[in-house]
Amino acid sequence: MKSFFNKHSYILPRRMLMVMFVIIIVIGVANSAFMATSNAENLELQQKKALDSVASVKAFADVYSVLMSPRCMNCHPAGDVPLQGDDSHPHAMSPKRGKDGHGIYAMKCGNCHQPENTPGLHMPPGNPKWALPPSNMKMVFEGKKPRELALQIMDYNRNGHLNKAQLIEHARDTLVKAAWNMGEGRKPPPLTYKEFVKAWDTWIEKGGYAPKQ
Amino acid sequence: MITLNINKKNYNIDVDPNTPLLWVLREHINLVGTKFGCGVAQCGACVVHLNGEAVRSCVTKVSRAVGQKVVTIEGLSENENHPLQKAWIENDVSQCGYCQAGQIMSAAVLLRENKNPTEQDIDNAMAGNICRCGTYLRIRDAILLAAEMQRKEKK
Repeated sequence: MKSFFNKHSYILPRRMLMVMFVIIIVIGVANSAFMATSNAENLELQQKKALDSVASVKAFADVYSVLMSPRCMNCHPAGDVPLQGDDSHPHAMSPKRGKDGHGIYAMKCGNCHQPENTPGLHMPPGNPKWALPPSNMKMVFEGKKPRELALQIMDYNRNGHLNKAQLIEHARDTLVKAAWNMGEGRKPPPLTYKEFVKAWDTWIEKGGYAPKQ
Repeated sequence: MITLNINKKNYNIDVDPNTPLLWVLREHINLVGTKFGCGVAQCGACVVHLNGEAVRSCVTKVSRAVGQKVVTIEGLSENENHPLQKAWIENDVSQCGYCQAGQIMSAAVLLRENKNPTEQDIDNAMAGNICRCGTYLRIRDAILLAAEMQRKEKK
């Protein structure tokens, strides 16, 4: 009877183990390469699936209705004087934008606009960040057609240098939220804040498409 | 109890933190040079300096001034010799005088930030200060004169 532990029976399994090991490595490498390709394809596919020009443009219609409301547009004027009131008339006293958007000399925004709303009908609304966009990046809303405004907001060089993630975050900014808390005597934007954020996120996540007009 | 630094002096005052700064200045500290005009930040009669900025004290809560530096017309200069005060007298600017403290405090910010203002700069800076007597032309001339005095003083 052959001993199980003779020379051949000991060497053969070792060779077999080596071969099996090599095979496993080869299969592993091949599989991971396949998985990597597959993941990249999946990601691309997911991104493509996320893009939806119809849904994006539809969401922007809601976004546009808010951005063009006095609560947003009044501080994104075409000129260098902010607008005021539900009829968007030029701001009393004609305060000027200034280089940084915070006004000039004795006419700086924060001289009247406090960190919070001043109580009372038509009293100055407030926010710690109250200002116009700066003079080198005016981000005008007033007079912009939906297509023009959508293209402007998605343009890194015209939107305050915000990338997609920063644009999404911008809807959560304290000054943006202030549009829904502007003090007594001021009509809020046409959508609720929650509806606005949903439309804003959808518009951007679906591709930030601009409408045809 | 809150502590305010006004015209380089500290004051301890027992007051609601929501009280307008103007009320505290006039009623609690008896600095009555700053005037109540409209009470809604529309006229500029109540302008004082808060860390050098021309805030309207009628809508500024006293809590905003805690730990900051407040300057009123009484503290603008040591001996009422700020170039604007001298130019105001030189040009006989005041008529009834009610708005003038606010006018001067606003003009002082302009002259600090712009040593050689044009008439347009003056109009832009002073657009928020109303004078019911209509002394605007004299105010503008006085600011130009004060700017000139200031430049000469620096030489």
